[in-house]
Amino acid sequence: MSDDELIWRIAGGSGDGIDSTSQNFAKALMRSGLDIFTHRHYPSRIRGGHTYVEIRAADHEVQSRGDGYNFLLSLGDSFARNPQEDAYYGNEEIKPLSENLDELREGGIIVYDEGLISEEDVDAIDLEERAEENNWHVFPMDLRGLAREHGREVMRNTAGVGVTAALLDMDLEHIEDLMSDAMGGDILESNLEILHEAYETTREEYEFEHDLRAPEGTHETEQALLSGSNAIAYGAIDGGCRFIAGYPMTPWTDVFTILSQNFPDMGGVSEQVEDEIAAAALAVGASHAGVKAMSGSSGGGFALMSEPLGLAEMTETPLVLVESMRAGPSTGMPTKPEQSDLEFVLYTSQGDSSRVVFAPGTIEEAYEQTRLAFDIAWEYQIPTIIIYDQKLSGENTNVDVEFFDREPEPGLGSTLTEEELKEAAHDASGKFERFGYDDNERNVSKRSLPGQKGGRYLATGNEHSPVGHIEEDSDNRVFQMTRRLEKLDSIREELDEDHPSNQTYFGDETADYGVITWGSSQGAVVEAVSRLNEAGHSVKGISVSDMMPFPETEMTEFLESVDEAMVVEMNGTGQFRGLIQKELGRFGEKLTSLLKYNGNPFEPAEVVEGYEVNVAEEDREPTAQVRIEPAAGD
Amino acid sequence: MSAFNAIGEEREIDRDEFTPGVEPQPTWCPGCGDFGVLKSLKQALPEVGKTPEEVLTVTGIGCSGKLSSYLDTYGFHTIHGRSLPVARAAKLANPELEVIAAGGDGDGYGIGGNHWIHTARENHDMTYIVFNNEIFGLTKGQTSPTSPKGHKSKTQPSGSAKTPLRPLSMSLNAGASYVARTAAVNPNQAKEIIKEAIEHDGFAHVDFLTQCPTWNKDARQYVPYIDVQESDDYDFDITDRREAAEMMHETEDVLNEGTVLTGRYYVDEDRPSYQEEKSAVGELPDEPLVERYFDDDAEWERSYDLLDRHK
Repeated sequence: MSDDELIWRIAGGSGDGIDSTSQNFAKALMRSGLDIFTHRHYPSRIRGGHTYVEIRAADHEVQSRGDGYNFLLSLGDSFARNPQEDAYYGNEEIKPLSENLDELREGGIIVYDEGLISEEDVDAIDLEERAEENNWHVFPMDLRGLAREHGREVMRNTAGVGVTAALLDMDLEHIEDLMSDAMGGDILESNLEILHEAYETTREEYEFEHDLRAPEGTHETEQALLSGSNAIAYGAIDGGCRFIAGYPMTPWTDVFTILSQNFPDMGGVSEQVEDEIAAAALAVGASHAGVKAMSGSSGGGFALMSEPLGLAEMTETPLVLVESMRAGPSTGMPTKPEQSDLEFVLYTSQGDSSRVVFAPGTIEEAYEQTRLAFDIAWEYQIPTIIIYDQKLSGENTNVDVEFFDREPEPGLGSTLTEEELKEAAHDASGKFERFGYDDNERNVSKRSLPGQKGGRYLATGNEHSPVGHIEEDSDNRVFQMTRRLEKLDSIREELDEDHPSNQTYFGDETADYGVITWGSSQGAVVEAVSRLNEAGHSVKGISVSDMMPFPETEMTEFLESVDEAMVVEMNGTGQFRGLIQKELGRFGEKLTSLLKYNGNPFEPAEVVEGYEVNVAEEDREPTAQVRIEPAAGD
Repeated sequence: MSAFNAIGEEREIDRDEFTPGVEPQPTWCPGCGDFGVLKSLKQALPEVGKTPEEVLTVTGIGCSGKLSSYLDTYGFHTIHGRSLPVARAAKLANPELEVIAAGGDGDGYGIGGNHWIHTARENHDMTYIVFNNEIFGLTKGQTSPTSPKGHKSKTQPSGSAKTPLRPLSMSLNAGASYVARTAAVNPNQAKEIIKEAIEHDGFAHVDFLTQCPTWNKDARQYVPYIDVQESDDYDFDITDRREAAEMMHETEDVLNEGTVLTGRYYVDEDRPSYQEEKSAVGELPDEPLVERYFDDDAEWERSYDLLDRHK
């Protein structure tokens, strides 16, 4: 926890405009020169229920939501189901205030809409006493009244931003610019009036006794604020993808939406179809015909894709799928993150699996690895899956604009042209040996596309001969099966030799205690390790993205270099820890797990505590909702 | 210049080109109606000017699924019930391809029913042939969605309590713009119907009665058949949805009583295909999408140019 950062939480009812307000405020902070990380918490409902967005802003890189927060703007819930009664559910209007207090740091600021939340209700939750205990600074403001006076009630979030800016001593310039970009006419005018009025009123009405101010920073290069879903969609665009088929499901819908909105202007095609079986089957069909295609879903929908995924493996049809995990099993908690689909994504579909799976941990990795997924899928004719989660999907961070300034890669990999087909092997009847014996060392047999002259063959989900006919001969079976499976070895080799590592290393290189994580938990773990290092603990960390083919060499080196390691992941069974042991066949005695599956991502402090409990004070139970699984034999 | 020169090639086409030169020989049982589908396709394709390499035959699983093995075109033998989503995406990716999807009654009307309804609804420009033998053949004779009520099999030992599905009526309701029924025992009509279906711009559904001499011995061999266009007993307008619906209903009813009615049931030449509809709203490129990947001069948009909205 550092003092030079702002963690601003805006809380209200679903429908109170929390998303758009926070998006603009985050951009304003970014434009002022700060680094940003946002975290979104929302219920699986259309209206009603409480939602909040946190914006963490600092003059240094921020990689997680941080611990707790220090500024609450509570709008109250204007869509509360039972505003006037506090019967069974209690009064809902105040919940965006009352339910957010536990995580507010000492010395923090509270602004709430006294136009919506009544004095009585505030008294009932003992806000004054709690504020005194925690040294909170409380600013009741009539945001609703301000909004009504100069515009409409829905603009009370603008009033809240004005109050925030006043209390944090922020310049209004960036906020005004962003408003002007987003709206015009009377609406813009009203909003600007409300913003200024709120700003001035706050300064006039209150003497500021709080210390918190907006941090000051500068960026040397231009920044863009992006979510993981943006990054995956942009990686696909730059990887040459121009076909997507899907069916809506939270949280994967974001990627589907972004590409559906962009593809028409890029000559691409998006199809919303009857179910996820069809979605993945369409991607297979489009890819078979020669287009770089993708599909995706979240857990439940991905379950329906098992069959077409297996078909793509057997027919060696290039394909990219994305799987946005959420808390399971079954419908689980649709809007809450979890990392519990790893084993499912690695192995679903009948038979031995041959697929590539990447789990990006940051916005940049999400872009990089999606691009790479298209390269690998089309070069090696293998399904490649990006596994991520609700956390990475929705969090926004700032990225150097220049990071994206690179050439697209639309090539079709190991696909032949008609010219090349003339030289390729054919059987006596002129059928192209698509799955041929003229093997090269990478185990890839080049493909043709329907409509090409001289490329005729059969693709089939049955075991097949070189021209694609159904064939159960044992020699052919062993040849084809081995070739398909060994493509993964070729891919591992290429990843090790020709690409910078997809794994992220951090902490004290000489340490003999390791922290291991994967996917979207990376940021919180990186921060935790850095705090442990600052506190004098010798710890290092690795965040893994290559789930399959497994980075055997890198993991072995890491684990050999430490005496003990703690695997941090958001699930209840330690799936990645299990994968390490399965792939490496040892190290069971070195590995403990820190698991969390309460619907919220790890905060750095929880990882720090996990380390302390594991290493320093073995008898203590963690205070957070996490679980420690000891090493084998312990 | 196209990267797909098999498409639109003008030349004499021999029906033997559609027979695999080396292997495989069909493994269908002697007397199987599936031979009738294969034969009618081999006759129809050259007559409508299609070469083997501009046709993509996409099949499901079952005896019918083997069609793509025995018809020597580009082929994709997919998984049970999923031929249609694979086929329609291939058509969207390359609208110049002649796409023919095929499967059995279990494949199309049972496990793949959802895809059938939606492909018809969207009116994708393709031909869909359903080998309807009113039974599961490859798994050895279980009751299928089109088996008559009371049909006894190993899995329905007391006789099926279910009324058979109405393939023609359902296709019409779902939105198919060409619906016909033919039978393997009527090769001339079959060939003509297949030709019409291929040439139709939209979703053309052919319910093809294919007798199963092995597992459905008790059933009729679909003889004698009656062509509803040729018989004087039937008079209806195939462009009139209501009249077509009535005729379909009757056809489905009498099949189980032993009267085999076949012919064209509904043709709507005015309904735009899905490809046309999607182009009209600006969501399908004018040039086949796949050609772009072979065009060295193509300009590829990049995400860098989308970043303004994030700044």
